[in-house]
Amino acid sequence: MNRFDYVRPRTIAEALSAAAQPGSAYLAAGTNLIDLMKIGVARPARLVDLNHLPGLDAIEGLPDGGLRLGAQVRNATLARDAGFARRFPAVAEALLAGASAQLRNAATVGGNILQRTRCAYFQDPDSACNRREPGSGCDARDGENRLHAVLGWSDACIATHPSDFCVPLVALDAVVEIEGSDGAREVPLRNFHLLPGTTPERESVLAPGELVVALRLPPGADRFAAHARYVKLRERTSYAFALVSAAAGLHVEEGRIVEARLALGGVAARPWRAEAAEIALAGAIPDAAAFRRAAELALAEARPSGENGFKIELARRIAVRALSLAASGTPTRLPALPASPFASSAGGLHD
Amino acid sequence: MSMSVTFTINRAARTVELDDPRVTLLDLLRERLDLAGTKKGCDRGQCGACTILLNGRRVNACLALAISHDGAEILTIEGLAEGDALHPVQAAFIEHDALQCGFCTPGQIMSAVGLIGEGEAGLDPERVREGMSGNLCRCGAYRGITEAVVAATQAMGAAGQEDAA
Amino acid sequence: MTEVLQVRHGSSAGQPITRRDGPLKVTGAARYAADNHPPGMLHAVVATSAIARGRVTSLNEAAADAHPGVVAVMTPANRPALAMDPDDKSVPFSFRMDLLQDGRVRYAGQPVAVVIAETLEAAAEGAALLAPCYEAEPVEVSLDQGEAFVPPVVGVGAPAELRHGDVEKGLAEAAQRIETTYETPAQFHNAMEPHGVVAAWVGDTLSLDMPTQGFALTQMRLAALFGIPAESIHIRSPFLGGGFGSKLLTSPQVLGILAARLVGRPVKLVLRRGQMYGPVTHRAPTRQVLRLGASVDGELTALHHHVRTATSRFDDFIEPAAGVSHTLYAAPAVRTTYEAVRLDTGTPGFMRAPGEASGSIALESAMDEMAQACGMDPLEFRLRNYAEVEPVSGKPFSSKALRECYAQGAAQFGWAGRPLLPRQMRDEGGMLVGWGVGTATFPALMFQGAARAVIRQDGSGLVEAGAHDMGQGAWTAFAQIAADSLGLDVERLEFCSGRSDLPDAGIAGGSAHTATAGGAIRDAGQKVVARLAELATTDARSPLFGASNVGVVARGGHLLRRDDESRGERFADILARAGLAEIEAQGSSVPDAAIAERYAAHAHGAVFAEVKVDPELGQVRVTRLVGAFAAGRIINPRLVRSQYYGGMIWGVSFALHEHALLDRRTGRVMNADLAEYRVPVNADVPSVEAILVEEEDPYVNALGIKGVGEIGITGTAGAVANAVWHATGVRVRRFPISIEDLIEGSATV
Repeated sequence: MNRFDYVRPRTIAEALSAAAQPGSAYLAAGTNLIDLMKIGVARPARLVDLNHLPGLDAIEGLPDGGLRLGAQVRNATLARDAGFARRFPAVAEALLAGASAQLRNAATVGGNILQRTRCAYFQDPDSACNRREPGSGCDARDGENRLHAVLGWSDACIATHPSDFCVPLVALDAVVEIEGSDGAREVPLRNFHLLPGTTPERESVLAPGELVVALRLPPGADRFAAHARYVKLRERTSYAFALVSAAAGLHVEEGRIVEARLALGGVAARPWRAEAAEIALAGAIPDAAAFRRAAELALAEARPSGENGFKIELARRIAVRALSLAASGTPTRLPALPASPFASSAGGLHD
Repeated sequence: MSMSVTFTINRAARTVELDDPRVTLLDLLRERLDLAGTKKGCDRGQCGACTILLNGRRVNACLALAISHDGAEILTIEGLAEGDALHPVQAAFIEHDALQCGFCTPGQIMSAVGLIGEGEAGLDPERVREGMSGNLCRCGAYRGITEAVVAATQAMGAAGQEDAA
Repeated sequence: MTEVLQVRHGSSAGQPITRRDGPLKVTGAARYAADNHPPGMLHAVVATSAIARGRVTSLNEAAADAHPGVVAVMTPANRPALAMDPDDKSVPFSFRMDLLQDGRVRYAGQPVAVVIAETLEAAAEGAALLAPCYEAEPVEVSLDQGEAFVPPVVGVGAPAELRHGDVEKGLAEAAQRIETTYETPAQFHNAMEPHGVVAAWVGDTLSLDMPTQGFALTQMRLAALFGIPAESIHIRSPFLGGGFGSKLLTSPQVLGILAARLVGRPVKLVLRRGQMYGPVTHRAPTRQVLRLGASVDGELTALHHHVRTATSRFDDFIEPAAGVSHTLYAAPAVRTTYEAVRLDTGTPGFMRAPGEASGSIALESAMDEMAQACGMDPLEFRLRNYAEVEPVSGKPFSSKALRECYAQGAAQFGWAGRPLLPRQMRDEGGMLVGWGVGTATFPALMFQGAARAVIRQDGSGLVEAGAHDMGQGAWTAFAQIAADSLGLDVERLEFCSGRSDLPDAGIAGGSAHTATAGGAIRDAGQKVVARLAELATTDARSPLFGASNVGVVARGGHLLRRDDESRGERFADILARAGLAEIEAQGSSVPDAAIAERYAAHAHGAVFAEVKVDPELGQVRVTRLVGAFAAGRIINPRLVRSQYYGGMIWGVSFALHEHALLDRRTGRVMNADLAEYRVPVNADVPSVEAILVEEEDPYVNALGIKGVGEIGITGTAGAVANAVWHATGVRVRRFPISIEDLIEGSATV
């Protein structure tokens, strides 16, 4: 880990001012940043510590019915907030399917959105990686790329975004609140992460020095609560990143889907909202055929970026699974193995 | 740059002069405070051997910068037993042979204490397994670990209404 | 000498007492090597190579030196001299080491420099700042590359080819023939404790805190490398945080010792997790071709097991994967053959069940495929081919309760009624369910060891043995053996171990440590008791006077007449009357060559696995594992069960999880961490059971024990693979089985 200046601001204004210096990075829990610093992937000259800033760790209901999640709210705190889990069960399930209990106790809402890809070549400073070092090339293209993107990738970068949490959030039209030296702005989460194109080093719309201060779930985002699930395919039963994942929310009335939400994880450099699928589902009877049709639409543009063609069909299937589970209704208690395919088999709810 | 940082570690106040902001809580405990019971298995948040309770919640000490946790309350494996009386989780680990080489054990035990405190797993072995999955055990003592956590939960009367029913 | 009989009644061995080191381990008081911090200690961090073949052309030493806190940078230019070439293999059991002998790089992750600093933070950053430049050469890291050769020997000196009967004839005459190819990947031990050392030189005396599975071998190699007597090297290894075969002496540990010499202060050097994927050995990849023939009745007519594996470019270790085919099934014709390639990787080595694990998953899969071809239940097929004598040698087994293992395991699991065809079972949630079986086997080995036993004035006992506990429960089992051999309650026994200045109790490997060290401990204890008895029975003042011919019994700190247990006296009284402060004896254990000549000695087991597979998503979970093992006499059932559980979980991991991904261009392991090299987590193992099948072995060794540390992997890995086939109908022959292997129609993209 390189040497750095440590700054502990007391206000957001102080934080913004401290981070205006080039080479600065904000420190939230550090569960991703400190790791990247240890392996030499991140070498910030200055860490601006957000952990002593007041006011960033609140979960607040808004007058319009929306919900505001401070950037420093810990993943576990949010997942365990009974009111939150009731209104946004797929988000709670996604949170609890991510990482480990220890990491969830530390990791923050803001940090989760901004976590970096798990691409092995990104994490290896000796490999070429356009995301880490613009113009150096992409060793993943011809390397170990079984887990890489099948949507939205470019020749410059085939990495995926690893978050679980963001997948249902993007399905629910979450909004990112940002503050910068030029003032505050908001960006829909679905537009927050950038696809790689020719500039994979630009991972989000954040300008240098800008700070994510909160996430907002818009009014009415809880109308899917009765039919919402997150499903995640992992290569061990727990404590692993998603091979593919899907969040589905349905608003069902009188046996028909009034409105559907579907997003995929592990398939692209951003949590992937599947609008074409949602449109096709609106008005449909929630059955296997409709779900399969939606899944086909969701992956219509998919193509392998390497030895990962199997992920395309897998992503379709997990979309179908998430939709089917959502249709059969949100369980009254989170399953023993959140988001696991085994959570829904007999005994999955346990006790 | 040197900074004075204060912690409550195992119920005792400690003031530490930190000459380097890079020091993690794990390395602070192990290399500077002679509290080497907390183990370093991966140093990257991928094994759980360094689990401690930070302000009452289980976290990976390897990914926490010490300087950022000024004022924090820390409980490590060394502070769990009350004198010679083992904590119920410690006793259950011995009884259920929930350890072999013992290297992951401090982290497993602190994680188990955290899990029981969270109160969501109760006596459901499947929830305990999931809740303990952030602690790798290469020796494969998982069966004993699950049994020990369930037994300790029961012994501590912390199963909660729902699960006790 | 007086005849002394040991009793089992009331003795320690066989009792499921809890771990004696449990209280230390659950309170954090157990001190592992890296927990030490002698005064004046510096921290050392290894810089490792990013290329797999070539040379280091430059290191930015100036940048490292300039970093505050850095004390020294050790490179080939200033590394202290050694008395022996690190590539010299004249010390028994040694492998070539990478000790900065030159700028040559022969695998990715090879140490190329060491940075020593006042703090760990400074040493780590100093190592990063070295930013080596290289002259890289093309690498070969795949089994498909390189020119294959027939190795002269495999494993530890076993022949590379073995023929028994005429395999081609057997195949020609078979009613059913299969020829199948199985692949296993490179795997890394990943003990939870990284390899490390805290080294301090006092003149030419070397003081080491270092996990090791073999004190004497480590001392011997270090003595040769540094040109000092072995007795000048003091190693403390009270606890190993797992070893699994990777913790003999490793290059990075020697570099830590060299660093201490360079700076003249104690040094701690601990590998980072990512650095454990190169210089500390691994399990070599294999490609195994199994050719089996069977008669119409399902009797094997021939078995040919061919192994292609890999060793490093610069040293030799050939994974002896075909060994399991020598002993397991009664084929009239057996042939095992090997070929190997040289790759630009670190040298492979011993990893829990080396050879047996890789060979077992292939053989057990092939047996399942043949059972299917014969239309037989896989358990019935294995019983049909039950080996009454060791097939290739014709020797009788010293004992073999495998039939009971099959029976008890099958009953506990509920094997009866298993559908013959695959894809017949589902659970209530629609998951595919499959059941598989595998036979477990591991040779019963024993090495040479020594121990010392003492009865003290107060009647308490002390037993000393330079043994190793890496989690097996050695401190407990050895104390039980010691207590029995001395006729003491285990609470009255002090057991000292884990130090090199105690009698050499042999290496902890080959599942032989309990037989070896335990045998020596038993011998030492018996000799002490014999001396006590000699004192008592020849002393007219003793109630035991004249008892020599009928013998005495040692129990509970007393010597008792065997023919009249109401007559006896306390150890302490015997010593007091003789005016002795203590009585001591040295014991030893040596394998009995005559027995080995006459008998084949193996532990056996039967493992039954249930898996559930998501039919659309391909995710697998091993929902039940039942293993029944017969391994001779069991010293401590509680600890032995734990060994079996651990081995079985390694079997699950072999079948479904472990796989090092080597970039074929650079030779670097691209998943060199515990997030992507996915060993099982707790939730992967919802149910594991081990049945201890009774087995008396009068021949195998003095204690009648066979070793339990490694056998659990064998059988299990195959049982899981076979259960996956039974659930899905898909036979996967490349391990680990992955999701894409199991999702039908995934090729339609």
